[in-house]
Formats: sequence, C-alpha cells, structure tokens
Amino acid sequence: MKALRNLVDNIKPTFSKGGKLGFLHSTFDAFETFLFVPDTVTAKGTHIRDSIDLKRTMTMVIIALMPALLFGMYNVGYQHSLSTGAEMNFMSTFFYGFWKVLPMVIVSYGVGLGIEFAAAQIRGHEVNEGYLVTGMLIPLIMPVDLPLWMLALSVAFSVIIGKEVFGGTGMNIWNPALIARAFAFFAYPSYMSGDKVWVAGLGKGEAIVDGFSGATPLANAQAGLGLPSFQDMFLGIIPGSVGETSALAILIGAALLIYTGIASWKIMVSTVAGALLTGLLLNALAPSAESYLAIPAWYHLVMGGFAFGAVFMATDPVTGAQTERGKWIYGFLIGLLAVTIRVFNPGYPEGMMLAILLMNTFAPLIDHMVVQKNIKRRLKRAAVKN
Amino acid sequence: MSNHIRLRKGLNIPLKGEAQPKITKTISPGIVAVKPTDFKAFNPRLLIKEGEEVKAGTPLLADKKRADIKLCSPVSGKVKEIVRGDKRKLLAVTIEATDTNEYQSNEIPPLHSASKEQIVQALAQNGLWAAIKQRPYGTIPDLDSKPKAIFVSGFDSAPLAPDYEFTLKGEIANIQLGIEVLGKLTAGGVHISLHASKYAGSPLHRVEKAIIHTFDGPHPAGNVGVQIHHISPVNKGETVWTIDMYSLVAIGKLFSKGIFDLERLVAITGPRAQNPSYVKAVPGICMSQLKEYVNKESKEDLAVRYVSGNALTGDNVSESGHLGFFHNQVTLLSEGKYHELFGWIKPMRLKKFSLSRSYFSWLFSKKKYALDTNLNGGERALVMTGVYEKVTPMDIYPMHLIKAILAGDIDKMEALGIYEVIEEDLALCEFVCPSKTEIQEIVSQGIDLMIKEMS
Repeated sequence: MKALRNLVDNIKPTFSKGGKLGFLHSTFDAFETFLFVPDTVTAKGTHIRDSIDLKRTMTMVIIALMPALLFGMYNVGYQHSLSTGAEMNFMSTFFYGFWKVLPMVIVSYGVGLGIEFAAAQIRGHEVNEGYLVTGMLIPLIMPVDLPLWMLALSVAFSVIIGKEVFGGTGMNIWNPALIARAFAFFAYPSYMSGDKVWVAGLGKGEAIVDGFSGATPLANAQAGLGLPSFQDMFLGIIPGSVGETSALAILIGAALLIYTGIASWKIMVSTVAGALLTGLLLNALAPSAESYLAIPAWYHLVMGGFAFGAVFMATDPVTGAQTERGKWIYGFLIGLLAVTIRVFNPGYPEGMMLAILLMNTFAPLIDHMVVQKNIKRRLKRAAVKN
Repeated sequence: MSNHIRLRKGLNIPLKGEAQPKITKTISPGIVAVKPTDFKAFNPRLLIKEGEEVKAGTPLLADKKRADIKLCSPVSGKVKEIVRGDKRKLLAVTIEATDTNEYQSNEIPPLHSASKEQIVQALAQNGLWAAIKQRPYGTIPDLDSKPKAIFVSGFDSAPLAPDYEFTLKGEIANIQLGIEVLGKLTAGGVHISLHASKYAGSPLHRVEKAIIHTFDGPHPAGNVGVQIHHISPVNKGETVWTIDMYSLVAIGKLFSKGIFDLERLVAITGPRAQNPSYVKAVPGICMSQLKEYVNKESKEDLAVRYVSGNALTGDNVSESGHLGFFHNQVTLLSEGKYHELFGWIKPMRLKKFSLSRSYFSWLFSKKKYALDTNLNGGERALVMTGVYEKVTPMDIYPMHLIKAILAGDIDKMEALGIYEVIEEDLALCEFVCPSKTEIQEIVSQGIDLMIKEMS
C-alpha cells in the first residue's frame, strides 16, 4: 500500500498542471481518487464531514444491481436451452449467459467511460461517478441479441446527447440509461421488439424446439395469447431484456437501496400503487375476460421492465422529482402511465420506458407546484400573523 | 406546558471529546485580539493608535456608517498591533494585557428611569450593541430598529457545545437584568427557549419577564433561527433581534456594575482535546495558551486544527489565532491530511460516522467518533435529493433555496425563506451533503446579495 502511494506521488507531478502530461489531469485524478480517498481537508464552513460521498452512493446502487445481473446471465442461458432443447446443467447455463452478457457490460463501460473521461478532460473537471451506475443499467435493459455496435452507438448517444450537453452528471433532464434504450428502440426497432430478439441465438435461426415462442409476456398479452404463470414471471424465467425479468432479484436490490436510504422508497411505493390502482380500474372496466384490460393488476408488476424501472430508473435522484411530496405524485403517475400505455397503445408493448421518460420531463413541473404551495403557505402565514 | 415544541428532524453528531463539567484553569489574557470580522456588516474605523494604553471597556473601533456602534477592549493593557490583510482590510486589533484587569467605569443610567434612547446609547457606546444580531441576515441592527420581538436560545445543541446549565449557573441575576434591559427595547417581549429535558432543573426557568418556550429534539433545535421559525417566523419586512446568553450576561454586568466584562467559561472540546473541560477566559485570547490541552497521541502524527467555536460553524484560526467574540467553545480536531486506499468501497470502516446507512454507524447509537477534517470525498454536482430535508427542521426547501441563491434569483430566495436562515441554520446540510457542497458559503453569498439589492 505504501509502495503504491509512493508510486502515485512520484508520477503525480507529471500529470499535474504544468507537467509533461498535464492535459491528462482529470484522468489521472480519476484513477488516483479511485485508489485512494483524497487527502483534501475542509476549507470553509463545517470542519467535519459525513463519510458518505458519491462514489460510495453509486457503489451501493451497483451492488444492488448484482442480483438482477447474475440472474439475468443465468436466464439468458436458460432461455437458450429452452429454445434449442439442449440439455445444460446449472453451471453451463450460467456461463453461456455470462459470456453473452459480459461483452455488453464491457462495451457499455468502455464507450461510456471513454466519453465521460474525455468530457471531464475538456472541461477540466473531476470525472463524475454517475456513469458507473448508468453503464451497468444499460446492458440490463437491452435484449441480449442486440449487436454490440448498436449498443455502443446507443451508449454514445445517451452520454453525449442525454447527459454531457446538459453539463454532465447532475444536470441531465432524462435518465441516461433510458435515453440509450429509447435511441435503440426507435433507431433499430427490429432489434428491439418482436419475438426473436429476447432469446440468445433465436434471431440467427439456430435450431428451435417445436412450439417454442420467444415472445415476452407483454407481447403475448397484447396478442391475447396465454401468459406464463405468475410464479414464473416473478422468478423471472421468461424471455425479456437481460436484467428485467426477475422481480425477485430486483426486490433483493430494492431492499438494499431502501435499507441504505440511497433510493427513495416513496417513489417505489407510489409507482407500484399507481400501477395497481390503474390495473384494478381497468379490470373493473374490462369488456370480456379475454381482453387485455382483464389481466390481473398485479401481473403488471412482474411483466416486462416494470419492476426494474420502478426500483432502478424512476428513483434516479437527478431526473426524478426532488421534493418529498413531489416524489409521491411523480411515482404514482409513472405507474399509472406505464399500465395505460401497455394496455391502450399496441405500438409500445413496454410502457415503462416511455412512462418514466415522460415523467422525467414533468418532474420539474411537479416540483415547481410543490414549492409554489410551500411559498403560498409561507405567505399566508404572514397574513395571519399581522 | 403550552409553549412546547418538539422537533424530529436534525442530527446530533457523535463527536468525541465532550467537556467535563469542571473548571481546570483560568487563562491569563496575554495577547488578546478584537476582530471586527466576527461581526457581519461592521465596517471598522480605528479609534486608537498602536502603543496606546486602554482599559477594559475602552472603545477600539467604531462602525464607519453608524459611528455610535463601537467595539471595546475586553482587557486593560497596551495596543500592540493593528493587523491588516489584503487591500489593507482591518482584521484585528491586538492588545497586550496587564496582569490585573482595570475596568473603565461607565455611567449607566439606572434601568427603572432610563429612556429607550439612553439604553440604546449605553449598549452601543459600551460595545454590546454589536452583540445583537437581527434577522433577517444576522447583521448588527440599526440603532433606531424596532424589532417585533427578541429571541434568546437557552441551550446550545451544536456538537460538543458547552452546557449552559453549568456555565451560566452563577449568572442568573445578570441574565435577569439583561432580559429587563432588552425588554424595554421591544413590544414583543423577550423569548427564551430552553431544552425540554433540562427544563425542570434549570435555574434559567426561574427568570421572569421573559416568555419561556421549550424545545426538544436533535441539533439544530438549539439554533435561535430554528426556534424563531417555530415561535414567530420572520416574514418580509419584519425584523427580530437575537442575542446569545453570554452577551445577555455581559449586558447584565454593564447595567449592574457599570463595567464591560466578558469573562466567561469556555469549553475545550474535540477528539484532540486532552482532559476536555472548561477554562475561565475572555474572548480574544490566543489559542497558543491552550497548547497544554492538545492531545499528542495520534497514530499518523496528524496536525491539529484549532477551531474557535463548534465543529460545524466555527472558524479555523490556527494556533496563533484568537477566540472569537461570540465563541464559548474551542474544538480541537485532527487535520485529515491522509490518503486511504480504496476507502470509499471498504464495507466496514467502523471508525467513520455517517448519517447514511451505507455505513454501519447507525447500529452504534452510543458510540462516539473521532472525526477529522478530511472531506471524505470530492466535490461534485448536486445529485442526491432528500438528504438536506432530513436535517432541516423548518418548513423550508433547502435544496431549492440553495439553487435559487446559486442562480442569484432574488424573488425566489425571498419566497423560499432567505429571511429566516443564516449560515448556521443550514450547517448540518453541509455536513451530510454527499456532493460536498459548501452550503454555508453559498448562504453567506445569498445574504450578501440580498443586503446589496435591498438597501
């Protein structure tokens, strides 16, 4: 440890302003602070500081994503074995998925962090930790068979247009991971929807077992076909984007996020409440038992990207509502819109992505209304006292 | 009790080094400094020259615009140096104190027959008007200011703050007189807020002619700004005054004995304090006199930071610096100048304290921590939300107020509560901020902007 510190101290002057490689100042700084908590001391204001920082915060989110990632890898292998009829044991199932998903993670981090470092370099800022989470989210919300160059392009689009043009982490309006997905969805629709893209190898016409359908439950619901059992959907052994299928794995992550207080439980609860109430209302209005409206409300919670979106996307503190009251409204409307889009818009079987992006847009308005109410209340207080 | 207010939001930082209730030393003044920078919106004009003899109570500085407002020497002695900083800004007047304190005797009108103007003049000429802070802004009020009411906090909830029950035990008569003096200057009465759990045993509850409120809850419940917010909030166009207990005692002494006497008990606290306890001293004493209280054992051989005041709002004055006018506490901290390998990802870090549950400190509610001055991270854009709200027991949106200040939006600042806060009220937000934002500095800039725009 001492030796490493000495090494860093020795090469530091080269990378500092005025040094030979001074233009790489931000990059060096990012690696140094990755290795060591910096020795910066408080200058103004409070002399002592809480031990939490953004690195720790972001790390917690990544840890919370691990169950969904690991299960996603397993499920990629499992769906493949179902579709080909190949006998696979647990380890080979997992590693089949592992080798499919790992390149996606590497491409996402490689492209995204490359752009982040370059942007920090141009601005002369420290590299922000925000992309550590985004970079993990993006592969988890994409179909496993998406070509890697499309993934790379989506990542580049989301980091540059979705984030850096606004000023970087903390300044963006829409969730960058969802921007990446929306880009891929509208740019390459044939790779992002349909029956063939969700199971590895299916699109390339690998041997398919008779009667196997790679369609997601959402597509089945739209088409009026039968759905997998609630238990299968809850556990996640269904086709879908890499990390979104298992509500169970996502719930484990949610538990960690709520326990550490890093993501807002208010948003998660209100999103679920919004979806359930809308679902129940539609159930009551359903013209016949076969209609999409008649699908039990709680099915919506385990189908598609709902659970993943509610736990990891809607709760993004930068793009979500910032006031505590606003968070209730914001979450509720996401749930409501997600189910509404799913049921009434045949063009978009997955409503969650658009619901969150739409509410990201309206989050500042919700906050504005909440803050205005506070201002009015405070003005009223003045009137009463005099 | 009718005036009881219970606050739930806030945070008591479990810092090591609480002062034991005993007096271990009387500090002989030595070199004492009077710092005009302790007072907001005070533009100093010199009234003395270097080498001049002064008594305790001799005016040293007057405000340029409001010449009657003066700052006085707390000790008798010889003016040693007039310290100036950049652009010849006057930073301090230092006085070499004599061994025995000689007080200038002032003619103070007897309280029962004194007019309002006489009282105001007596306070201003004898250096105690400057101890009054008005809200909004925390500045020294004008001599003709008419406050809605006057507020005094009867307890200090800041980290390791001195226990008023101990330090003010013998001063009740002076406090009583101080209340009566100030009571003549306002129609709204003098409001004193006491801590609920200490209420019954507190000698402070025997004071008369004041309106007593009790508060309960973690820091910042003891901040007078938070108390005002819950008792009678400051709206646009209104002014209230605040004063601290120690200055109230000094006013009492001025009106009973006719002398300017600031002597008080100062708490020596903090993780680097050896034998944390109380000393008798006057504001302005040099920190080097407290050297013997510094605890030398520190594994990494870290330097010591001398903080005049508490760890949240105090000033880093260094060993050659001086105790501030409003301070009755010294906090000794380790300078956190060290690198920690992979510190941010280590799961345990049991010696670190955090409000967030990403550490385990919440499991050990009784444990005290030797926090140091390390920033524990790097400065970032504002990302997390809902954190400030947890430690701000006021009907104010701190995040939005901070953003309004950063944007320089006067109307928004006004609507979101800039009149109700000063730096100390949002100090806890700065402590907990994961993005390491300098919130007190931002609030200070906001207040300066308001003063500039509204005058």
